Amino acid sequence: MVHATTASAGLDTIPRLLARNVAKYGDKPAYREKEFGIWQTWTWAEVAEEIEALALGLLTLGVNEGDHIAIIGRNRPYLYWSFVAAEMVGAIPVPLYQDAVAEELAYVLDHCGARFVIAQDQEQVDKVFEVHDQLPGIEHMVYLDPRGMRKYDHSALTKYQVLQEKGRADGDRAELNRRRDKPTYDDTCVMLYTSGTTGKPKGVVLSNRNIIETSKASSEFDDLRAEDEILAYLPMAWVGDFIFSIGQAFWTGFCVNCPESPATMHSDLREIGPTYYFAPPRVFETQLTDVMIRMEDASRFKKWLFHHFMAHAKKVGPDLLDGKPVGFGDKLKYQLGELMVYGPLKNTLGFSRVRVGYTAGEAIGPEIFDFYRSLGINLKQLYGQTEASVFITQQPDGEVRSDTVGVPSPGVELKIADNGEVFYRSPGVFVRYFKNDESTASTKDAEGWVATGDAGFIEEGSGHLRIIDRAKDVGKMADGSLFAPKYVENKLKFYPNVLEAVVFGSGKDYCTAFLNIDLTAVGNWAERNNIAYSSYQELAGHPEVLATMQSHVEEVNASVAEDPMLSGCQVHRFVVLHKQLDADDGELTRTLKVRRRIIEEKFADILEALYDGSSNISTETEVTYEDGRKGSIKATLEVRDARVFEIRKVAAE
Amino acid sequence: MNALTGGNYTTADGRKIGNTMMEMKNITLRFGGVVAIKDISFDINEGEIRAIIGPNGAGKSSMLNVISGFYNPQEGEVWFHGKKRPQMRPYQVARQGIARTFQNIALFEGMSVLDNVMTGRLTHMKSGMLSQMIWKGKAEKEETENREVVEKIIDFLEIQAIRKTPVGRLPYGLKKRVELARALAAEPKLLLLDEPMAGMNVEEKEDMSRFILDVNDEFGTTIALIEHDMGVVMDLSDRVVVMDYGKKIGDGTPDEVRNNQEVIDAYLGVAHD
Repeated sequence: MVHATTASAGLDTIPRLLARNVAKYGDKPAYREKEFGIWQTWTWAEVAEEIEALALGLLTLGVNEGDHIAIIGRNRPYLYWSFVAAEMVGAIPVPLYQDAVAEELAYVLDHCGARFVIAQDQEQVDKVFEVHDQLPGIEHMVYLDPRGMRKYDHSALTKYQVLQEKGRADGDRAELNRRRDKPTYDDTCVMLYTSGTTGKPKGVVLSNRNIIETSKASSEFDDLRAEDEILAYLPMAWVGDFIFSIGQAFWTGFCVNCPESPATMHSDLREIGPTYYFAPPRVFETQLTDVMIRMEDASRFKKWLFHHFMAHAKKVGPDLLDGKPVGFGDKLKYQLGELMVYGPLKNTLGFSRVRVGYTAGEAIGPEIFDFYRSLGINLKQLYGQTEASVFITQQPDGEVRSDTVGVPSPGVELKIADNGEVFYRSPGVFVRYFKNDESTASTKDAEGWVATGDAGFIEEGSGHLRIIDRAKDVGKMADGSLFAPKYVENKLKFYPNVLEAVVFGSGKDYCTAFLNIDLTAVGNWAERNNIAYSSYQELAGHPEVLATMQSHVEEVNASVAEDPMLSGCQVHRFVVLHKQLDADDGELTRTLKVRRRIIEEKFADILEALYDGSSNISTETEVTYEDGRKGSIKATLEVRDARVFEIRKVAAE
Repeated sequence: MNALTGGNYTTADGRKIGNTMMEMKNITLRFGGVVAIKDISFDINEGEIRAIIGPNGAGKSSMLNVISGFYNPQEGEVWFHGKKRPQMRPYQVARQGIARTFQNIALFEGMSVLDNVMTGRLTHMKSGMLSQMIWKGKAEKEETENREVVEKIIDFLEIQAIRKTPVGRLPYGLKKRVELARALAAEPKLLLLDEPMAGMNVEEKEDMSRFILDVNDEFGTTIALIEHDMGVVMDLSDRVVVMDYGKKIGDGTPDEVRNNQEVIDAYLGVAHD
């Protein structure tokens, strides 16, 4: 087993880290929250007092060691403290997604057998009440925001601050000290539920060792310091937020800032100017689109200035960030650009001080990624899972690329199975799934290797991991070469004109694709070029649109061809579909992921045409309108052949 | 006329309704030869939500303007907190603790939301113009205190994200909310809302209803409102006054009013003599 490490200097639980932080950084800000228009600050010493008061309060409620305490709400310091207060009294905090509907909450609350719930406001309390009948185990609820709560029956309901007062007055301090001193490195720190995209959510039990070892290793990897600032805005039930806002915050002693409300996140981001920042690709995409739209409205001179310097940034920015040699003239021009364009832009985005930025969760478009990096923002990628306490691989400074997810994080071992699936083993590997030994056994083997469910390979030379697809989607083509649809689809979807792409080819001689145009982007283009169209279908079948799509496909083919392993996945033939793939028609999941099987069945005639060489196909498709009525649309689609490229031989060195 | 007149009861959802706060006695308001309000009497109890409804031109807004002191009725008396109110200017009425919103939004379009809401604190500012100009001592302290009150209202109405946005850039539904915020900033005892949901979509109406109920519940503010959306009126209010052609044709709980034949006639349109 890899679990050979021991905690350094008795820092083996979060409450002990808290005590260390009080001694070391007592007067330094630990948490901030904007409320009533002002950033309210708590120092580590104040935080410790608040947490202790809450812990004493929980004792008066009769919390036992080993109880589960559910925490529901948005990122607020008080709720972060309740994690630590729960740990202090020997209970296990279980954060839940605040936007979950009552039934979803009911499943998790029932599964973990929570006796106590700490909820943010009336909305969350109401949700729990709604399913209270199914949950006889819940004995008491604590709420934070008193608004609208005055008329509720308070026999099993207490306000957070009232509970703290009660704790301060009547809490059993000796008992608290006994419970605080008891846990060991291998006791449970937190339980986090997976989002459950496949089946019911699973409770991932993470020990103090998992959390603290991971926080320590990752903080050292990126040289995080006590002076760092983060903005906590991602769901508290997500493992990443727990690691960033509690694990790493308590390990390094940096300050966690909570926005005033979800809607003020961007202005709060600007005000705080975090030095360490995480966002999913979607957030970076939206921000970039906003910038571009605002630039479209700018005066001609400003537009010219922006585009001129952005082109320069694209050329030399990433190299400067990676510390590669750059000519003196270029350097000077970049500095001028920093003064006139990059600096103000970063300030507007709230990224002026970002020293370490991460994105993860899904593939990020290379243009988006390069845009931020060329501005001098150290944006990197990581690859992780709840079961790994986040970190599996991450990109070290100076080795950042948009197509890899980095090298194994410190302490992580990687292994690629014969079918391409990635396995890992690390001190962060979860203890077990709660009340689910079967899943635990099928995910984690006796030696501690965990299956990720993703297929990938380790790039020769750089040692970086590249994720190509979900393992279950990866197949072989007729000639035995690797077929990874998502890899190609992502490349296609990076073009703004392509909304959705579905690539076929498992067991076939060559790959083919269905494409969906992005109505906003293509419609905008049509407007600017005076191309009239009356429907989605007509626009999608327009010869010029088809030609554009063909050029996109060919560019993707050229880029796929560069990869010897995946060059078989070049798209030989494609159609642009006459309708948008839609969740109402069952073609996408509610989270807008492609359902391959359904699409294959539904469009079997088109798929056949892609492989029988015909140049067009007449088809009729059933559609569901938003009000539930059904109808059908007829269309004749043109099947296009795309140029494919020779596998580029790697030049012998 | 109905069981609830006189106040001092507890509603089904547990709110305490107190004594009579305001009493309108035989009010008649004329504009030249036009009689806008004809001999109307009704009362508003402390802590209740009182609706005034009626078809277009029934005299509802005129009634609200009488309460707010904008119009002075030719006949009748306005009693507030057990005392007969002498003829007053609107600012004097405002100082008594009565605030209002307008049917057509009346905000300062070029000013930020924060500044607009701050104007609602005007009746609470005591420092002179000179001390406000030099911005020392009392004026500064006062501004801080007022800002605190305003921030609590901004938080309450969930408009933090638009705090610094000029009102002119806001969508209609949010402007209505800012107007409510400004009225609340005066910390009124009686809040007059003139068609708070006019022109709103269903979702905005639901939000506004929730805020009105919360204001009443959390601050104990008495509310008198004019509204056209019957569903909203019946759900929100404790008692309803129905007006038609300047006359009162009904007064009572939503259920009583709903079953009142005169009210039904007025709404379904029976020929008037």
